[in-house]
Amino acid sequence: MSITYLEAIREAQAKLLRDDERVYLYGQDIGQFGGAFKATKNLAREFPGRVLDAPLSEDAIIGTAIGAAIEGMRPIVEMQFADFSTCGLNQIVNHAATLFYRTGVECPIVVRLPFGGTPGSGPFHSQSMEALYAHYPGLIVLTPATVEDAYSMLIQASALNDPVLFCEHKFLYYHLKADALPTEALPIGKAKITRPGRDATIVTYSAMVHESVAAAEELLADGYEIEVVDLRSVKPLDTDTVLASVARTGRLLCVSEAWPWGGVAAEVIARVATDGFGLLDAPPQRLNAKDTPVPYHPNLWSVHRPTASSIAAATRRLLEL
Amino acid sequence: MPAADELSPALKKVSKELYLKTYRVMLQARVLEEKLASMYRGGLIVGGVFLGKGQEAVSASLGIHLRKGDIFAPLIRDQAGRMAFGDTVLDTLRTYLGSQHGSMRGRDGNIHRGKPKEGYYAMISHLGAMIPAVVGALMARRFRGEKGVVGATCVGDGATSTGAFHEGLNIAAVEKVPLVLVVANNQFAYSTPSSRQYACEDLANKAIGYGVPVWRVDGTDLEDCLQKIGGAVAAAREGQGPQLVVAKLLRLVGHGEHDDGSYVDKVLKTLPENRDCLLAAREFIESEGWMTAAELDALREEFVEEIEVTAARVQREPGPDAAEEDWLAISETQLIDRYPEA
Repeated sequence: MSITYLEAIREAQAKLLRDDERVYLYGQDIGQFGGAFKATKNLAREFPGRVLDAPLSEDAIIGTAIGAAIEGMRPIVEMQFADFSTCGLNQIVNHAATLFYRTGVECPIVVRLPFGGTPGSGPFHSQSMEALYAHYPGLIVLTPATVEDAYSMLIQASALNDPVLFCEHKFLYYHLKADALPTEALPIGKAKITRPGRDATIVTYSAMVHESVAAAEELLADGYEIEVVDLRSVKPLDTDTVLASVARTGRLLCVSEAWPWGGVAAEVIARVATDGFGLLDAPPQRLNAKDTPVPYHPNLWSVHRPTASSIAAATRRLLEL
Repeated sequence: MPAADELSPALKKVSKELYLKTYRVMLQARVLEEKLASMYRGGLIVGGVFLGKGQEAVSASLGIHLRKGDIFAPLIRDQAGRMAFGDTVLDTLRTYLGSQHGSMRGRDGNIHRGKPKEGYYAMISHLGAMIPAVVGALMARRFRGEKGVVGATCVGDGATSTGAFHEGLNIAAVEKVPLVLVVANNQFAYSTPSSRQYACEDLANKAIGYGVPVWRVDGTDLEDCLQKIGGAVAAAREGQGPQLVVAKLLRLVGHGEHDDGSYVDKVLKTLPENRDCLLAAREFIESEGWMTAAELDALREEFVEEIEVTAARVQREPGPDAAEEDWLAISETQLIDRYPEA
């Protein structure tokens, strides 16, 4: 038996609905239809009245979740695509994110963001939103890269008493498989060494973990051992694990599918430059998507975002510095 | 769709007790706001001061019909409704002056105050944003099987132009929650007159598009406000779904105390339909013989005294201490992202 990344997300929601009567799901087409990606398949039938179709109103969907959370519920809302969460941005960044600081009242909501590029998705169904949300105080931003993390981190996210942006990568939904659901999990906020190495560190997250591991495999043929760090959570960001890795390798490449300006890669480099300057044998580098909207055609899309081969090339340049 | 106010000929007559109780709240709010304006002009309050002068009848009529256990998300001109719902002179002053003993602890100020766990929500500045929050709160109550709860929130005419208003009222109607949404049409959004805000003949016409009943209210007439807003709250409480209230009145002050409102045509203020609801209520009380002029004056003096004493007390209270501030935006302290101090 195997389980996909998407099925893990469905199973996590089923478990949450089963175990905690405060949990309910709200989002567009998530009821009877089971969601645009089927992340809530059959859940409306299994949990009557607790998996609700919402009108096409992202702002109001998030707004209702905040009110319900104040009243003691633990809503999980699905944005059909992460890109559409900008229509709910106000409620996320100005209401959910400020509530605890202003009033001392917790806001335990989970906003599921199906994000990231897939071939043919184009400018408005491909975006990576993590840096935008990580910028705002009061939010937790999670970016699981594996089936196991998709499952366990969603369960952990629902138990947190703060608003969580749960960035689940659409490219991993069907491709990525595991033998079984995990029975134990790392705590939220801890990064993981996905692949140990010696010659350089690649810090990345979400779908780019798999591209980076493939790049590391490619470089093995040239005798290089590349360490890959999966951040898992971009806010909080596990600087200690990153610094420890850079201390071992002396070289840093940050890889992100998001746009370059002010992003997670830039943040990681800023922290390493500030706290680990002496650990570096070469200037830290970053590899992001190109600074344009995400293109539609696969010929363009596959060059727009980092891939195993562009990551391998960037790593080679870093190793030569 | 006919207006709900026309459909409910048997609206309860307002009792003397309810009228006087509401008037007291209106007067207390007016006197408190006069003090706030004076403190602002004296440089004692930072940021802004936003007053509800002219809106007390609408606001208090809503607050007075809500009960403990209901949800109320007021906006900037709802001092009277806030006090009718249980807010105090003390916490109002503490929040305006940033006292660390206030409900917002100096982290937020003025009208951005509330106690969400007591059903009294703290508004954010983005107009219309509290509507879906109240809807969600009512969904939570429904999940728990609670009945007879009402959630109420207020906006002005300006907020009816926002997407949040549209999404919020629509989602309330779809979810059939007991929301009372009060629109105080005070003819100006900051400086923008109704003619640049909407093109329908009456904001009440919007109700038909959402499939919700509407109650048209003369916001200058306390009796009308108490009857119809009371009717709207009762209808929501009885399970008749969301209710829209559109009250007509004139904002009798600037947008905030920094604004003299000189763009408001002086003739407007002389029109009978734009009269001061507090003065009109006072005249009504006298004409009914419920209280004498001397008794009404004494009541005002009583509030002035209470507010002066409380203001003096709050001015002696310490503001927040930056060195003792925890600077935490999340409650899960193990997940704090730490940055080195420069």
